[in-house]
Amino acid sequence: MRRRVVITGIGVVSGLGPDARSLWSGLLEGRSGLRPVETFDATGYSSHLAGYAAGFHAKDVVPKHYRKAVKVMARDIELAVGAAMDAVAGAGLVTRASGAADGETTYPPDRVGASIGAGLIATDVDELAPAFAASVDDDAPGEFSLRKWGEAGINRLQPLWLLKYLPNMLACHVTIIHGAEGPSNTLTVGEASGLLSIGESSRIIERGDVDCAFAGGAECKVTPMGFLRTQLAGRLASTRDASGEPIDDGGRVVRPFDPESPGTIVGEGGGILIVESLETARARGREAYAEVVGFGAAQSRAPYEAMAIGARHADGSVPGSLELGEAGAETGLVSAIRRALDDAGIGPESIDAIVPRGLGVAGPDAREALALREVFADRLAGIPIVTVTPMVGDLSAGTGGVLAAVGALCLKEQTLPARLHAGNHPSWLDVAPAPARAAKLEYVLCCSPALGGQNAAIVLRRA
Amino acid sequence: MASGRVVITGQGWVTPLGFDVGSVWSKLIASACAIGPVRRWDASTFATNFAAECPTLDLFDFLDRAAALHPGAGLGTRFALAAAAQAWVQAGLGSHDGAERAPGVEPDRVGLYLGSGEGQVDTANMAATNIAAYDAEARKVDTRRWAEVGLKRMDVVRELEQEPHAVLTHLAEAFDCRGPGFNCMTACAAGTQAVGEATHLIRRGDADVMIAGGSHTMIHPLGMTGFIRLTAMSTRRDDPKGASRPFSRTRDGFVMGEGAGMLILEDLDHALARGATPLAEVVGYGASADAFRITDIQPDGKGAQAAMRMALRHAGIDPRETDALGRPAVHYISAHGTGTQENDAIETRAVKGVFGEQAPRIPFSSVKSMLGHLIQAAGAVELITCVQAIRTGWVPPTINLHDPDPKCDLDYVPNEARDMTDFWGPGAGGVDVAMSNGFGFGGQNNTVVVRRYTA
Repeated sequence: MRRRVVITGIGVVSGLGPDARSLWSGLLEGRSGLRPVETFDATGYSSHLAGYAAGFHAKDVVPKHYRKAVKVMARDIELAVGAAMDAVAGAGLVTRASGAADGETTYPPDRVGASIGAGLIATDVDELAPAFAASVDDDAPGEFSLRKWGEAGINRLQPLWLLKYLPNMLACHVTIIHGAEGPSNTLTVGEASGLLSIGESSRIIERGDVDCAFAGGAECKVTPMGFLRTQLAGRLASTRDASGEPIDDGGRVVRPFDPESPGTIVGEGGGILIVESLETARARGREAYAEVVGFGAAQSRAPYEAMAIGARHADGSVPGSLELGEAGAETGLVSAIRRALDDAGIGPESIDAIVPRGLGVAGPDAREALALREVFADRLAGIPIVTVTPMVGDLSAGTGGVLAAVGALCLKEQTLPARLHAGNHPSWLDVAPAPARAAKLEYVLCCSPALGGQNAAIVLRRA
Repeated sequence: MASGRVVITGQGWVTPLGFDVGSVWSKLIASACAIGPVRRWDASTFATNFAAECPTLDLFDFLDRAAALHPGAGLGTRFALAAAAQAWVQAGLGSHDGAERAPGVEPDRVGLYLGSGEGQVDTANMAATNIAAYDAEARKVDTRRWAEVGLKRMDVVRELEQEPHAVLTHLAEAFDCRGPGFNCMTACAAGTQAVGEATHLIRRGDADVMIAGGSHTMIHPLGMTGFIRLTAMSTRRDDPKGASRPFSRTRDGFVMGEGAGMLILEDLDHALARGATPLAEVVGYGASADAFRITDIQPDGKGAQAAMRMALRHAGIDPRETDALGRPAVHYISAHGTGTQENDAIETRAVKGVFGEQAPRIPFSSVKSMLGHLIQAAGAVELITCVQAIRTGWVPPTINLHDPDPKCDLDYVPNEARDMTDFWGPGAGGVDVAMSNGFGFGGQNNTVVVRRYTA
């Protein structure tokens, strides 16, 4: 019999605040964390809003001896480190972070692993631009010269520049801070990264290689490059109303599963869970938020274009023009959900709530919604959907960790959070605006398709 | 029902020494070196101006026009497709485009676990955007201007091709893989980790067949910049071919390589049922974290030892024992062997820690001396050298090893390949068990053990 795996700690940094508690209270209140960006001038993009964790800095939460290392952390790494600190505190784990010697920690170092999803980390333009500016061709004003870069540009960067941007550094800093010496992985599969990481961590516990793991993901798109890539891909909403006036409340913009939705709003966030084997969690007298009972992953039969240009038509028209009927279901998501249900040993009728990606981009959302309809058929209209993008934005590799955190909190609190929604939606999908409400929940499905056609789903059960 | 045993039924190489397993292997055995000045762009003023670049690759040599990929596909994607196509065909899985597929191979049961790196940065347009938006007086970037210029200059496909899962998307489409899809980026350990984790996916029954491996190129201006700034690369500009010298006293860093290594992993029963030939069996996988420092390896190689020990334990191998013929438990180790002062000394210490008195008896070489360091692709490419060692009975050399470091005192197979026949005594030779190490910057460590397939 395979070992059972439970979630005993939840850590989140998001536009709703620096910890899981602020995420949950924001979700209960139906508050959007999407607001005008203050960290840089974003008015050159179609959206000037983002979900960013104002006031969160890793230096405020890491152990004192580790503060210096924050200098070599891109924002993505800071988010992961912050979420992991929050998760450890909530799980009541004693790790190296609290100054404990190796013999005094909850688990021996080699029994703790990590799998933390990450994205393509954007280099800080304020760091890169002066180096490029020092590499202008002497003979051609304004033109970049590779020769000058080699002579005068490279040395303008700090020596450890590269280490700030390697995706594996999320997991590496977390394992160093907490003294986790078990298997460590970094999955980079877009929006599927977080749930794949949680699923894989559960498998590593099941196969006995560790007893406990950090699992989830983090990413920051609230950078000039993050905005640029999202806008180029046709996924960024416009935040001006019909008369051209800026809308400052992101909750009025994002419209998950709306076939006419113009796009999403980017965010930054990290969701990291502590997953443990049920037996060792019980042995240390720890109550769980939820049990991870099912995991499934599968790829879609989708053309490369599905990633390259979202759901943009060949003639270049924007995704908002894509009708639901044209889209076709995300076939890999259907398969991933069915695998997760099989793994949990339940049928679709057992699922009490769904926490999907619901990006707010018409084409990908239509594919996701149609996949849910294929699995749940007529019953889908009666299953509450929890949408978080209107509150925290598009978190990319940070998505899955946050979705799983929300799913586990729903089960623990037997409560469904409030919902914001700025537009229309299919009648067969329960996503309309709603206040928070009590609910009897036994099984929650969390799922997240990546825009490249990779899909992950997990089933959580009330602990 | 899965057999619980996982075999390799196909393998593909895209390396700086060429594009197919047979010819590249011959070159490795002949101590050929692929390192030279960077040709693809002007690196003349870079502190390291040399690397091991792949020859020009024509994808249509490997793939039908029917699977012709997106015109904007990056180099890492092209490497991966060419390597995977070789492996796919060798495994007898059918034509690469899915049109002709071996009977009994269901798309839902074919997955991907890659350790592919990010795509190449669009340096020219990044530079132009930053130059246009930099306010030299305020020493700040005008991000509004940056957005205006960047949105005009940068291209959506070139940006999306940098996403680390782009390669996964291309491969899933080309080979119609609809099973689980993963990509890991654990730096220099990624290729090894991808193969190890893919093995577990098959064992637990999530797929019958996995394409596993890695692809990467960092031979672009910003990729080279990062490692130059870290002073991790050799600066032996006057002697590129002699620059990658793992375990030598005078080693001064690694040399950048590029390429891809792809393997077809398969459940044994599934492979036998469709008449495929197992090339070797994957018997052990271990992973660990140093949890030490971002910039340094744990000095005793504690993490490296943990990964090797876990892999050997899963393989049921006691590293201190000898077999009935007097041979050590492992017959070849493909070293991580980067050629940095730190790595080679610590890896040596770790191998001694695990194998004890047997360590000096095990051939332990680094093909990075010939191919350079393929970063995320290194682990998968080097695991194939282990399979080739088992299949041919030869082990590849560590070249440029004329002045051994006293701290590195194991058998690195210096300069010339070795025929392993009768190596440990009459009748006591060959390679039946081999092991590949991959250690990533930041302290993620992985080891995979392969064994000659026997029923």
